[in-house]
Amino acid sequence: MVEVEGEVIPRKRWGAWLGPVGQSIGPILLGLVAGGILLLLTGRNPLAFYGDILKRGLFSSSGVQDSITRMAPLLLMAAGLIVAFRANIWNIGGDGQFLLAAAIVSGFGPGLVAVLPAGLGLVVLCLLAALVGALWTIIPALLKAVYGMNEVITSLMMTFVGVNLANLLIKGPFRSQKTSVPQTDVIPHDKLLPYLPGTRIHVGILFALVAVGAVYYVMTRTSFGLRLSVLGANPRAAVHVGIDVRRLTVVAFMISGAFIGLAAGVEILGVWGYVRADWNPNFGLTLFALVFLARLNALATIPLVGFYAIISMGGHYAARRAGLPDDFMLMVVGLILLFMTLTEYVAARRERRATRLVAGPKAALRPGGAHE
Amino acid sequence: MSNLLTSTFLAALISGGILAGMPLLLAGLGEMVSERAGVLNIGLEGMMLMGGYAGFVVALYSHSHWLGLFGGLLAGLVASTVMVIFCVRLGLDQIVVGIALLVTAEGITSVLQRAQFGTTYPRLDSMAALKIPVLSGIPALGESLFNQPLVVYVGLALVAVAHWVLRSTSMGLHLRAAGEKPQALDAAGVSVTATRSVALLVTGSLGGLGGAYMSIVGAGIFVPFMTHGAGFIGIVIAMLSRGRAVWVLIGAFLFGMSVSLSTALQLVGVNVPQDVVNMLPFVAVLVALVIFAREAYLPAALGSPYVRGSR
Amino acid sequence: MVEMTRPVAGRSGATRDLSAPVVEIRGICKAFPGVVANDDVSLAVFGGEVHCLLGENGAGKSTLMNILSGMYQPDAGSIMVDGQEVRIGSPRDALDLGIGTVYQHTTLIPVFTVLENLLLGQGRGLSMDQKGALAGLKKVAADLGVDVDPHVQAGRLALGQQQQVEIIKALWGGSRVLILDEPTSMLTPQGIVELERVLLQLKERGLAIIFITHKLHEALDVGDRVTVLRQGRVVGTLEPDTVHATPRPELQERIVGMMFGEEAAALAGVAEVRGQVTGRRARREISPEAVLELRGVSVEPQRGEVGIHDVSLIVRRGEILGVAGVDGNGQRELAEAIAGQRAIHRGDILLGGTSIRHASISARQRQGLRYVTDDRLGEGTVSSLSVAVNLVLKRIGDGPFWRRGLVREDAINECALGLVEGFDIKTPSVQTRCGTLSGGNIQKLLLARELSFEPKIVVYNKPTHGLDVKTTHVVRDRIRELAEKEYVSALLISTDLEELLDLCDRIAVLFRGRLTGVVENRVGAEWEVGRLMVGGESR
Ligand SMILES: Nc1ncnc2c1ncn2[C@@H]1O[C@H](COP(=O)(O)OP(=O)(O)OP(=O)(O)O)[C@@H](O)[C@H]1O
Ligand SMILES: [Mg+2]
Repeated sequence: MVEVEGEVIPRKRWGAWLGPVGQSIGPILLGLVAGGILLLLTGRNPLAFYGDILKRGLFSSSGVQDSITRMAPLLLMAAGLIVAFRANIWNIGGDGQFLLAAAIVSGFGPGLVAVLPAGLGLVVLCLLAALVGALWTIIPALLKAVYGMNEVITSLMMTFVGVNLANLLIKGPFRSQKTSVPQTDVIPHDKLLPYLPGTRIHVGILFALVAVGAVYYVMTRTSFGLRLSVLGANPRAAVHVGIDVRRLTVVAFMISGAFIGLAAGVEILGVWGYVRADWNPNFGLTLFALVFLARLNALATIPLVGFYAIISMGGHYAARRAGLPDDFMLMVVGLILLFMTLTEYVAARRERRATRLVAGPKAALRPGGAHE
Repeated sequence: MSNLLTSTFLAALISGGILAGMPLLLAGLGEMVSERAGVLNIGLEGMMLMGGYAGFVVALYSHSHWLGLFGGLLAGLVASTVMVIFCVRLGLDQIVVGIALLVTAEGITSVLQRAQFGTTYPRLDSMAALKIPVLSGIPALGESLFNQPLVVYVGLALVAVAHWVLRSTSMGLHLRAAGEKPQALDAAGVSVTATRSVALLVTGSLGGLGGAYMSIVGAGIFVPFMTHGAGFIGIVIAMLSRGRAVWVLIGAFLFGMSVSLSTALQLVGVNVPQDVVNMLPFVAVLVALVIFAREAYLPAALGSPYVRGSR
Repeated sequence: MVEMTRPVAGRSGATRDLSAPVVEIRGICKAFPGVVANDDVSLAVFGGEVHCLLGENGAGKSTLMNILSGMYQPDAGSIMVDGQEVRIGSPRDALDLGIGTVYQHTTLIPVFTVLENLLLGQGRGLSMDQKGALAGLKKVAADLGVDVDPHVQAGRLALGQQQQVEIIKALWGGSRVLILDEPTSMLTPQGIVELERVLLQLKERGLAIIFITHKLHEALDVGDRVTVLRQGRVVGTLEPDTVHATPRPELQERIVGMMFGEEAAALAGVAEVRGQVTGRRARREISPEAVLELRGVSVEPQRGEVGIHDVSLIVRRGEILGVAGVDGNGQRELAEAIAGQRAIHRGDILLGGTSIRHASISARQRQGLRYVTDDRLGEGTVSSLSVAVNLVLKRIGDGPFWRRGLVREDAINECALGLVEGFDIKTPSVQTRCGTLSGGNIQKLLLARELSFEPKIVVYNKPTHGLDVKTTHVVRDRIRELAEKEYVSALLISTDLEELLDLCDRIAVLFRGRLTGVVENRVGAEWEVGRLMVGGESR
């Protein structure tokens, strides 16, 4: 279903990943203007509203730190989605993988960090999170690899099961005896992921940036990445050229789940220290759209995710100050996404126009002209 | 005594199944149509929310359930025109647009609901049921199966219509061709754009109607995010149906019944944690998939925009 | 004046209106990124005539036809139908003008039945005239001498039969003009004869027919007027008088000259141009060493195929073993079983003496086994990746293109440039998306990939399908040279008997999934092969 133009070998264009970013500025403005009109209609001052967003999300020291902190899990998830989508594997089950990993990390976390030395405990927990995420993809992965069963269905099923299972765990075995609301025990603050020196940003963001960079590198420069692209673009060709399609499907699916699980681990170990029942940050869907807008290019997701983090951190605050429901920002984000697809269309058209020759076609462009 | 228990249980299960299954049926049917035509409408849930909200508002102010349902249908239709323009006419990414639509719809309906009814929470009366004589007299099942609002029967009729259109009409043939190999349809002189647009409008209308059913008939009230994943279940049902309307019907009611299972169990005094009950339908589908290794055949061109002459 | 070699009588229809062309194309230009596919093309097509459009791979023939059938919009130029300027904005417009098309790449929907495929576009809304369509199908099928079950899924038909269904479909749409873009590439000789007969009938009825083919003798058998395209431009048109009055060999020479310019000299008198093998190749000494051996191999049929049953054969070192047979008699199953794309359920396959029954596809490739698939778009190439990447697609991860898993672009590009040059692949650059290449050029890419990197044995499935005369000649030479000089064995599956007679040492015949016999390629072998192909017993 996805057709990704392979920048796999062709050009060494550094600007390649700037494209999507540059194209995003216009639609963001349009989306904000549309949102502004709605704000005006409800009798609020859009400038004050957006000012609040920027203030809280970007221009205050705590705000920018919060936004960056929020980017950590989002980038890790984006990395995971890209691995799957490149191979045309529809890992729609991100929420289940994420919440289950979160529940298990916070369930075992307090105990583990108490007995293990500080650094080791965190490493074990992160690996555990990744493992849970990966394991939760195994059923859809095997069903797809062996029976060719559509993974949209199976991973959606698994996500619904996973979300409920996470709740069951939190309300059952992992439930803290110290609180009345169902939640897990809290990992003490000093045992969580350390902050970057001089900030309140936990080191998870470094993991995330490394992960995104690694995915970009693997996708564009390695044989594994190319195999994934071939599988994604034409599975029959993948068989024909001798790629072990079953194995690759399972591996890609599990890597994807592992990143998403790791995202949950980082979020719990870096920010919360516990989970409450029925907690669901719902990162999944919007991130999907962002990843596609970045054309499955891992580096290009960084600015998009950054923007999204600012909007969601600042939007929360701005909405509350304006007396609007939180969900107002959902609408703005949705509109921005729509406008983003539109600019992509305009850009593609411009490209097509450029190749239309009306009069006096150049001889140099004749078929085979390149090597004559 | 135990007899009474079972019949109460069954009645609750069935009427609950219909109540929860109807929106899934409508949305699933709609999604099936657009999937057959090659458009994956991930934004189905958004269309349901739009329909649910608009239907509720219309029904509330017009004091007519029917006008409300119609309003819901129209709202879904309008939402789907966005997808028609973006995905079919302009050939943009169906996933991104679908998600954008969903997120926008979630935002809009939630903001509007809170602005309008955030403090008052008005409710609708329940919709009058149409009692089918004789059949509704069947012990245990009759009352729950054949004493339903008219719109339920309309929904059932739609199954038959969808089946007939897809199987035995030119339009159905063209729809399926648009999903399998749009260039073939185009080469045969039928507009892929028009065919897919029609399919999407049907999806939107049915999704909207399904949402309106949820708020008007099901809950009597609209609350934000009330669809609760129904749109996605609709997508799954549509995929599993392999383009057969009857399977959408079966799937929707099985799902609906497992949703109503906890209420039915509570009625007979069995208490199961809500989370377990919530999980059951999905576990059931998974188990069935694993056992029967049922391959959901998806149209070959599903999700890919058609641009004439591109290769 | 040269004497006439063929009677003109009966070839020019009585109803033909000689005065005005049915379709006139004026100054059409069409450019794609990096190529001008049509450059100021003008031509006139007359009713009651077969107008052959010839040209090398990538000359722009399909592009021009796609413009006529509404699939592409020209950048410049105009189209007149019956003297009136028309705008063909969509295939619908073309069909309304009575222009029917058989496209180069199939437009059948594999999961639809034959009948459903034919019904596409016939009705509107809720109506559907199954009965009428069925009756119509019967009639046209009888005309064409085709026997297809209307209720079988199109994807289950052999490629040749699929092509016949396409022709039937086009005949329904084309009441004035019929465009046939390489309609015969998958047909049996018998099917070609039937098609030629039908074309003559249609001509009598006054239809204008545009016929694209790479087989010159076919073109000359039915053609009245010949236009040659080269690099997007019209080189020239041979009027009916010339075509009918010039002796065949001279005509062929002239056309080849127009098609290939100065390169044509090398093609003088080659078998590919004449379309007929004359001198049989000298018998060679072939070492008895078996490179590939099949022992009682059976493959379960899938979805309406015939499968293969108990097939045993040996390909010796440096030998070219042909596999003849009507398409759909187990050719693909055989090739895929050897390549490892399909499990065999009985028997054994030995490569160089060791069993490869359980070896993976890539393991077989590493042992020097190559497979040139006949499905170049479906599995042979990845259309969204570049030409360069497609050329090394079977070597992902191997040196020198990858080192420890890391890509070395320079090595890939250098190799790709060499192959593009060596196999004369027409592409704007090696970075071009593979899917935009013309059909024949994609085929060349496939051959370039398989014939490089030291093959030991190559399984060819219809290797020259869609190639122009020159390239066919080059490819056949290469296959022969590999076998004779480098002792690369070949299993050559082809539906083209001439090709087999031209290349092979021995020819095996597949019929309904069984090997009905193996024939030494001597004079008279064609009779024996022909007999076996329709199910005759081996003598
Ligand atoms: N949709 C397209 N996008 C980009 N380039 C194209 C497209 N269609 C055709 N071309 C280019 O136009 C040129 C002419 O192609 P065309 O298919 O018309 O050749 P052809 O004469 O039919 O060749 P063949 O005999 O191999 O079928 C080729 O170089 C091809 O790469
Ligand atoms: Mg062509």
